[in-house]
Amino acid sequence: MIRVVLPYHLRNLAHINSEVQLEISGHITINAILNSLEARYPMLAGTIRDHVNKQRRPFVRYYVCGEDISLEQPDAQLPPQILSGKEPFVILGAIAGG
Amino acid sequence: MSKVQVFVGTKKGAFILTSDSKRAKWDVSDPFFAGWEIYHMKGSPVDPNRIYVSQTSGWFGQIIQRSDDGGKTWFQPGFKPGDSTTTPDGMPVTESNKFAYDTSDAEGKPLSTHQYFDGTQRPWEFKRVWHLEPSLTDPDTVYAGVEDAALFKTTDGGKSWKELSGLRGHSTGPKWSPGAGGMGLHTIILDPNNKDRIYIAISAAGVFRTDNGGKTWNPINKGLSSQYIPDPNAEVGHCVHRIAMHPTRPDVLYMQKHWDVMRTNNSGDLWTEVSDNLPSDFGFVIDVHAHEPETIYVIPIKSDSEHFPPDGKLRVYRSRTGGNNWEALTKGLPQKDCYVNILREAMSVDTLDPCGIYFGTTGGQVYASADGGDSWNAIVQNLPPVYSVEVQVLK
Repeated sequence: MIRVVLPYHLRNLAHINSEVQLEISGHITINAILNSLEARYPMLAGTIRDHVNKQRRPFVRYYVCGEDISLEQPDAQLPPQILSGKEPFVILGAIAGG
Repeated sequence: MSKVQVFVGTKKGAFILTSDSKRAKWDVSDPFFAGWEIYHMKGSPVDPNRIYVSQTSGWFGQIIQRSDDGGKTWFQPGFKPGDSTTTPDGMPVTESNKFAYDTSDAEGKPLSTHQYFDGTQRPWEFKRVWHLEPSLTDPDTVYAGVEDAALFKTTDGGKSWKELSGLRGHSTGPKWSPGAGGMGLHTIILDPNNKDRIYIAISAAGVFRTDNGGKTWNPINKGLSSQYIPDPNAEVGHCVHRIAMHPTRPDVLYMQKHWDVMRTNNSGDLWTEVSDNLPSDFGFVIDVHAHEPETIYVIPIKSDSEHFPPDGKLRVYRSRTGGNNWEALTKGLPQKDCYVNILREAMSVDTLDPCGIYFGTTGGQVYASADGGDSWNAIVQNLPPVYSVEVQVLK
């Protein structure tokens, strides 16, 4: 079970008020998690990564196990703590003024 | 008795202000889409319960919201709250916030780059929807003006959008460049007498018109003179801030440009200046009285570097002669220490008699006049900076 933590505004768009739990088979990567997340909550498509080129939006970051992995390859394997559900995959909006 | 709804888009959410036809007492809603930038919010003229909203964020991009019950509930087109529909292979089907530029071989292939501030060519990159213009005849059809400048259309109530790429494909496209606020398509005017004619305006490219429903477009900037571009009379490159039209005379357009208030009597084939005695011919908004096609309103702003009202006095200027002969309207407006701006989308008129005029400021006030501009009241004082104001009269 993969746990995903979303920022406030995306929880509102998805009409949820807690973390998301996803069943994903195969390699657990950033792309695999985002594909599964967008499939379950289609209203989030385009809000985390661009609709067309799938690039992460500039002020969105991904954290796992206390590390910022936003710049890692999106198809790289994530740590086993994410696969086991011990640690969540955290999506957050960067502090960027405004 | 009629009911008036004012839709206010702000930097941190949307608000609906409601009154009866006297327009003396106003109720202010709680914020909708709190924390998001609301560039525009507009109801369908065919079905006033159908309202479209451009909700945007520097973090999470573009969202389109829609209401089918006059603003009581909202959803992203294609989904009701709680829906999680996917395609058979599990991929998301929502495309209500997908504004993908046309790159098809048939129409979009040549549309690759536009000019950037530094003179280099940059790829078109979608940033946000500046303006939503619902069709005059079909509540499911809406036009969207976006940054980087392009025109999109939905015919399924906002579930999906397709670019009308003939606009960006005009031969001048590579010469378009951003204004200080970005390269946004901010004005869309539908001709009520000719379904194939649409006017749009882009900062800082100018005005374009189609006479075939959006397949092909031509710049209509003859008569404009802009000292800030190498050729002041160039075919494109003019920083047009806003255009307005009275529906009974669709061939007459009024324009507030980055310096100069302009008028055309021939659908944009030739513009003439009507700034006359304005204290500043710079500003953003312009609008037309609902029942007097020759009565127009602007709010002069001191420019180029200050962008607040001259002398700290917030004054609406009215011309009853279709331009020129401007009179200052000051009753009820602050006449000292006022340093707000009024952005291009932030003025609107209602259809009651006497005509109501409304505008919102970057200071968070929305001012209204229920007597054609003779007197004004702040109907709400402390909203976030106002981006857009639209008015709806419900019978």
